[in-house]
Amino acid sequence: MTADPHESEGLENDGLRRFATIWSRAVYPATQTSMTRAELGDYLHPLAVKLCDALHAYPFSAAPGREVGAALVAGHCTSPDALPHILGVVDSYLVLYGRDPETSELPVDEARARCSRLQHAIAAGFTEALRDRTLAEQEALSRAALAAQSAVEEALHASETRFRAVFKDATIGISIADMDGRIRDANGAIAKMFKRSEEEMRRRNVNEWVHPDDAPDVWRMHRQLVRGERDHFRVEKPFHRPDGTVLWTNLTVSLLRDADGEPRYQLALLEDITERRLLHLRLRYEATHDELTGLPNRTLFAERLDRLLSASSDVKRFGLCYLDIDGFKAVNDSLGHAVGDQLLIAVAERLQSCTAGSGHLVARIGGDEFAALCTDPSGPEDVTELARQVLAALATPIRIDGRELSVRASIGIVEGPSGELRPEEVMRSADITMYRAKDAGGSRYELADPDSDARAIDRHSLTTRLPAALEWDEFFLEYQPLIRMSDGHVEGAEALVRWKHPVHGRLGPDRFIPLAEHTGLIVPLGRWVMEQAVRQACAWHEERGKGGGNGKKKNGKNGDALAERPLRVNVNLSPRQLHHPDLVPDTIAVLEAAGMPPSSLCLEVTESALIGADEDELKPLRQLAELGVEIALDDFGTGYSNLANLRRLPATTLKLDRSFTQGLQQHPADPVDVTFVEGIVTLAHALGLAVTVEGVETEHQAAQLRDMGCDTAQGWYYARPGPASTFVQGFAVT
Amino acid sequence: MELNELETQMERPAWAPQGIDLTVPSVSRMYDYYLGGSHNFEVDREAARRAIQAWPGLPKIMQANRAFTRRAIDFAVGEGVTQFLDIGSGIPTFGNTHEVAQKAHSGSHVVYVDNDPVAVAHSRAVLEGNDQAAIVSADFRSPQDILYSAETERLLDFGKPVALMLVALLHFIEDKDEPGKAIAEIADSLAPGSLLVVSHSSADEGPKTDGGAGVRDVYRRTSSPLIMRPKEEIRQFFDGFELVEPGLVTLPRWRPDPDTEPASDPVLLSGYAGVGRKAGSAG
Repeated sequence: MTADPHESEGLENDGLRRFATIWSRAVYPATQTSMTRAELGDYLHPLAVKLCDALHAYPFSAAPGREVGAALVAGHCTSPDALPHILGVVDSYLVLYGRDPETSELPVDEARARCSRLQHAIAAGFTEALRDRTLAEQEALSRAALAAQSAVEEALHASETRFRAVFKDATIGISIADMDGRIRDANGAIAKMFKRSEEEMRRRNVNEWVHPDDAPDVWRMHRQLVRGERDHFRVEKPFHRPDGTVLWTNLTVSLLRDADGEPRYQLALLEDITERRLLHLRLRYEATHDELTGLPNRTLFAERLDRLLSASSDVKRFGLCYLDIDGFKAVNDSLGHAVGDQLLIAVAERLQSCTAGSGHLVARIGGDEFAALCTDPSGPEDVTELARQVLAALATPIRIDGRELSVRASIGIVEGPSGELRPEEVMRSADITMYRAKDAGGSRYELADPDSDARAIDRHSLTTRLPAALEWDEFFLEYQPLIRMSDGHVEGAEALVRWKHPVHGRLGPDRFIPLAEHTGLIVPLGRWVMEQAVRQACAWHEERGKGGGNGKKKNGKNGDALAERPLRVNVNLSPRQLHHPDLVPDTIAVLEAAGMPPSSLCLEVTESALIGADEDELKPLRQLAELGVEIALDDFGTGYSNLANLRRLPATTLKLDRSFTQGLQQHPADPVDVTFVEGIVTLAHALGLAVTVEGVETEHQAAQLRDMGCDTAQGWYYARPGPASTFVQGFAVT
Repeated sequence: MELNELETQMERPAWAPQGIDLTVPSVSRMYDYYLGGSHNFEVDREAARRAIQAWPGLPKIMQANRAFTRRAIDFAVGEGVTQFLDIGSGIPTFGNTHEVAQKAHSGSHVVYVDNDPVAVAHSRAVLEGNDQAAIVSADFRSPQDILYSAETERLLDFGKPVALMLVALLHFIEDKDEPGKAIAEIADSLAPGSLLVVSHSSADEGPKTDGGAGVRDVYRRTSSPLIMRPKEEIRQFFDGFELVEPGLVTLPRWRPDPDTEPASDPVLLSGYAGVGRKAGSAG
């Protein structure tokens, strides 16, 4: 209605426009149209024209009124309330505004009569159209409802078909039972699993499905589900089959509720895992047993130990015999692995014979290590008794290939309450204790004791930390002065290594040098010590050369003499370093790097390290001695001193062990010690060796040793070891 | 098939169709009745009559709602938005979105969405032969079903702005169904410049006799209970959209036609209407 077709019709149009406006204003509130009122006015205008034309038509016909009535319904003036408004406006204004000014010969009475007839026709047309429309809409709606319903039915049917297909062809077993457990439907797969027919399945009740190996909470969960307190559960469950075999399944049971939420059916989905489970069991057996001996292996042993030690287990105590065959490597090496294997099999059998019927677990931990795990022993004596039996059982020689082999073994025993130690702690303790038994000669058992464990653990943790300690500069040196007895002046200092351990604090060499020696770390550590010490000697020398040393002032002319010769540093050399091929080049390199003469370094070697050394082994020391490096024989007098041997050693000094000087501490001094020291001094001097005494603690001792002719002394009487910075160079005793 | 998979399907089988219960009043058929249509059954008319009894202005509100829809569509076309996604479209009678839109711009594309199978079947019949409009049988609460339906993919180009029509729909969506989340999910797919058209019943203004309790009571027994929300909550549905003038207002006050006198009937103040524009430059 964008263009008005009556625009050019002047007054007539103007009147009908006004009529349409009045009409739309009256009708609009009673319509449900989505048109605006102006749009409705535009919609009504042609109807007004039509009515007006009909009013003046000759011959008169009311038929257009019907069309107008129908058009009004088409324009959504469908409310019954609209009709009075429609007709009221026609009645009041059509004759007035619908007059044709040029052909107004129509008498007013006639016009009114025609208007009435037009109204009747409008009403009839309106009603007819409304009825048609209502019927059409009702029919359309019914058709839609029908279409929707059949669509739903079709979908339901399709869904049902699909579901039946799933149910029927699924490889998963499906059964639907009512809340009393009666199976209402079962598919082919479940029947096949149970080796029954589908009909047979439908006669069963799920409550009969009890099996002795059911998980403890299966039936509790099932009762909850039946009561509607649980919507599903999933378990691994065994079932009896009519042929006596067992069906293992992954079972999922779900509760199906009706529209009101009431439990109606229980749906069971079963997946046959019998084969998988057998395979799993076999793999599990293989994974937990030793192929050679058939004993449980480390994995199974560890699981059992875990369970035994967990605080939650109802086991109160545990006992462990950890066994290692003594000298098994020798058997393997000399008789071959085949014999070694047979020996292991025989040992396994004997171990089993000792524990048969006891419920103890015997396992092969690996190699030639076995373990027996006791559950709830009454105390350590139970476990030691077992160890005794084991040793006794092994005592009878084992016959392999016509050869009698006697087997010895070392056993470490750990026994204690459950819930205190962790498995790894128990194993460590057992291992340490077993090695104690081995160290004590083997073919015996030892009972774990916390102190030994602690020491071993300590040793172990220090050992593993050593390499990092060297890398991170955790070692440092202290120096203890060596005093020339003739004038009480400092002749040099012994460099002593310490470890500033981040946890244990300051550690002395006795705590870690043996470990370093054992692991070989002593070589780089020793080289580091030598470097540091020689560098320190160089520093002292330079300091003195500057003439600023307080020693010089204090000591007058003697100080001048000292300044000519640098202080000597004594560095300890371990047996391992001694035999290291790089000893000579390393030493030379260190001296050269510092620019120090060889005589400023003294290497202290223990007497015991040189015992039995042949000429080849002495060669490096001899080379160093020839270069001018001093060689001191440390701890002299503690070992088996081969005095004859002394002569061919490249030593320049004897360091008397502190045990001799201790006897001189008493007043009066032990005459035997006095004689002894005098003898050694005389002997040493006769061989051209200087004598140094250690452990000088009193003035009396010092005086006596000086009188006996000792050359140099070291001890708390003079100074304790201290950092280089506090080292008093001009130390003198009068 | 894995057990898990089967289990999930047992829980909510994707193929199980919604049943049709013609004894339950349908809100779309009630709406049709308010608008003078005859696409309704006695049970719908009965419920509608009770609703009108509780709230005599309802037909007027529905008419005002329909008039708002028409103005909003005209506004959208005026803004150059000629794609419409009308969710909860109900029974198509007259003055429907595709009629108004295609009258304003003959190339307009309209996708209707409804979850009432009867409304869907009827719409399908009405739209037969109209290749620019189609109906999707889906639920607003599952936006993916709407966005990825064949009809949507065929008719709507999400690279260009779309008018998302949620007219008289959100007051049938309970909070637990997270209407805001569903809007956001759809809005995510919309190009900048897209419009969100919302009308929503509210007891904020209008007759305060019972705060709408009576009519809520009637709807509680229908396929969709009625939820009145305060204005602030309705405004939150426009998250990510910028309300165009005059903002969120009562139905007759949203861009009224120039020659209409201001609405006087207080019953028409019982709901809010607004149009928001998605932020970003219009594509």
